[in-house]
Amino acid sequence: METLAQTETKQKVYFDLTTSPHLHSGWSTSKVMWFVNLALAPSIAAALVFFGLYQILIILTAVIFAVGTEALIQFIRKKEITWFDGSAALTGLLLALTLPPNFSLSATAIGSIVAIGLGKQIFGGIGYNIFNPALVGRAFLQAAFPVQITTWTKPNFAVDSVSSATPLAAFKFDKFITDTSSLALGNVGGSLGETSALAVLIGGIFLIVVGIVNWRIPVSMIIGMFFFSGIFWLINPQQYPSPVFQIFAGSFLFGAMFMATDWVTSPITNKGMWIFGLGISLVLVVIRIFGGLPEGVMYSILIMNAFVPMINRFTRPRTFGALKEEKK
Amino acid sequence: MAISTFNGGIHPPEYKELTENCAFEIMPSPEEIILPVSQHLGKDAQPVVKKGDEVFAGQLVAKAEGFISAPIHSSVTGKVLSIGKEVTPSGFPKDSIIIKTDKNSSAEKILLPPLDPETITPDEIRQRVAEAGIVGQGGAAFPTYVKLSPPKDKQIDVVILNGCECEPYLTRDYRFMIERPDDLIEGFKLILKALGVNRGVIGIENNKPEAIRILSEKVKSHSGLEVISLKTKYPQGAEKMLIKAVTGREVPPGKLPMDVGAVIQNIGTALAIYDAIVKGEVLITAALTVSGKGIKNPKNLLVPVGTPIHDVIDYCGGVTEDAVKIVVGGPMMGVAQFDLHAPVLKATSGILVLTKEEVEKSPETPCLRCGQCVGACPLNLVPTKLARYSQLQKYEEAEGADITVCMECGTCAYTCPANIPLVQWIRLGKQKVLQMQRERVTN
Repeated sequence: METLAQTETKQKVYFDLTTSPHLHSGWSTSKVMWFVNLALAPSIAAALVFFGLYQILIILTAVIFAVGTEALIQFIRKKEITWFDGSAALTGLLLALTLPPNFSLSATAIGSIVAIGLGKQIFGGIGYNIFNPALVGRAFLQAAFPVQITTWTKPNFAVDSVSSATPLAAFKFDKFITDTSSLALGNVGGSLGETSALAVLIGGIFLIVVGIVNWRIPVSMIIGMFFFSGIFWLINPQQYPSPVFQIFAGSFLFGAMFMATDWVTSPITNKGMWIFGLGISLVLVVIRIFGGLPEGVMYSILIMNAFVPMINRFTRPRTFGALKEEKK
Repeated sequence: MAISTFNGGIHPPEYKELTENCAFEIMPSPEEIILPVSQHLGKDAQPVVKKGDEVFAGQLVAKAEGFISAPIHSSVTGKVLSIGKEVTPSGFPKDSIIIKTDKNSSAEKILLPPLDPETITPDEIRQRVAEAGIVGQGGAAFPTYVKLSPPKDKQIDVVILNGCECEPYLTRDYRFMIERPDDLIEGFKLILKALGVNRGVIGIENNKPEAIRILSEKVKSHSGLEVISLKTKYPQGAEKMLIKAVTGREVPPGKLPMDVGAVIQNIGTALAIYDAIVKGEVLITAALTVSGKGIKNPKNLLVPVGTPIHDVIDYCGGVTEDAVKIVVGGPMMGVAQFDLHAPVLKATSGILVLTKEEVEKSPETPCLRCGQCVGACPLNLVPTKLARYSQLQKYEEAEGADITVCMECGTCAYTCPANIPLVQWIRLGKQKVLQMQRERVTN
């Protein structure tokens, strides 16, 4: 039998002396990122089904340019190149899914470069950015290509009643209400990833179950949307759309599951997540009802991103056992 | 019925299956034992033997010094080889008495006169507990008789026996609960008697149904005692978390359990008290779980206090090829060992030999601000912030964010997907803040 006296000399040098805790959950930054990428698979599939196989080129272009930009900047800054950690790929994928079908590939590439360059790396890379990088890229494209980015395509299986306009635009400008089943399935005009609520929910619930997405953010957004848009709907159901329509139309659910829940740019406290989610819905209702744009998820999330450091500061949990008034 | 628990926490893999069905084995005395004079919180004990002295098992070798201290007894019969600095499991060298075992001696171990648990008075209980050198078996090794002597102004209304054993791997308390339930209840009643308290609760995590079943059955015939099943969640066995789960009370920062009317005792401590009073035994045996995928034969052992770790590991068949880390204590709060001559102490609860697979971590990345550590922290701290303050040496801010409240349970670092060594940073910051506070007092 091997005694420790024998093994000791042989193995002593390998002894790991790091301090407690000695166990770890097994999660890592790249594992998380790849899980989120995976959760977007249903949305990618829905985009290809409804808008055609060409859309894969938009997705690939966005991902390749996002990863390439990240690697290039890290190379220039002489930092470790982490292109395989799935984070830049995720930004590219998220950006692509917010773009309209058949969008120009060169503009897509520009969007990815801006998303990674100005949205993420300029702040110091992963973990340090204030705004959701994919949405920064999307906002840039909105400003640079205002026409192309609002040019929608009819989905493949469109019935006659469905126009190529997005349901939100159809309502805003023509008071046309798209039926909820088309919205749920995704057989309507809109950005690649946003049209199928079903695909978004499958991915989102998967992320909640594995513990990556904190349910408080999507749930508070949905509650907030119900409440804020419900007020207007109750005042005048002809003038304002119902809360259910507001939730299923446009990129609300996609934003709630995949954009607002971006770890880096959302609050770290439970209470803060509630404030953040409710705030997004409030800003969104204001934009959709009073603004000139039919949609507004992107801007409402970006605006609330800016408040995150403040929200974190003011929602520090009460230390266990501390009296309420002692809270600093 | 909702199962009592606390907010936050984690559920790491339990690994208890490695040893939960291993009954305690008595390990024979090693060649020599090492007895550090400090195996407890408080003042070091003073050696009362010198080099060359013959000692018997159970004989006093170092006496308690001051109120918060505990005496040390020899766990073997033999000869004092030397007294000097030796490495201990905490990593710090301490004055230690080394005793060479006399394998041929047939001397019985020395016992104190047994006392009758029915007629014993609270003062006699405390005196015997002090004499027997009993310290808390939960890890902190606080002298037990001090805990049994609360100041007059503290109204204690409940004593909780901690049967959570929330650290993965460890099954020592579980084995005690199913192997010695009657003695355990007697020991618990002696604790209640010493404190003059009528209500006693045994809190057990619901991953130990057998222990809950046996003890629930046994307490039926004792008024004032009850068993409460608690959610299996780490760190359910931490004092503050256990009191919260059982009574709903929160121990304020910087206060003790007795400030909210509760006293917590460990399973092993209750049995040590029983043994000291009913059998007259002093605390010279450590009960521990030897486990981990890196040990050939995982076991629950009764080991003479002072046995070097390498002897225990040899007794369990040695380590496997892929063993990379040896930890004394549990995997969440235990200490990694660099020198296996360090001895088993009175309060040692386990020795874990961990393999590469068990301790594997991914590379550290910047904080992703996911908030997992915030949600998991049982004390509602913001670990990522505390670690950051510590990195930036912003100790004033760290103090304001209650860094000193942290009990270093490791929950945050366990969950951190960025693999940031949060506890290490917080530990460092905590030391600096405590130092700052001490300087403030002296200036």
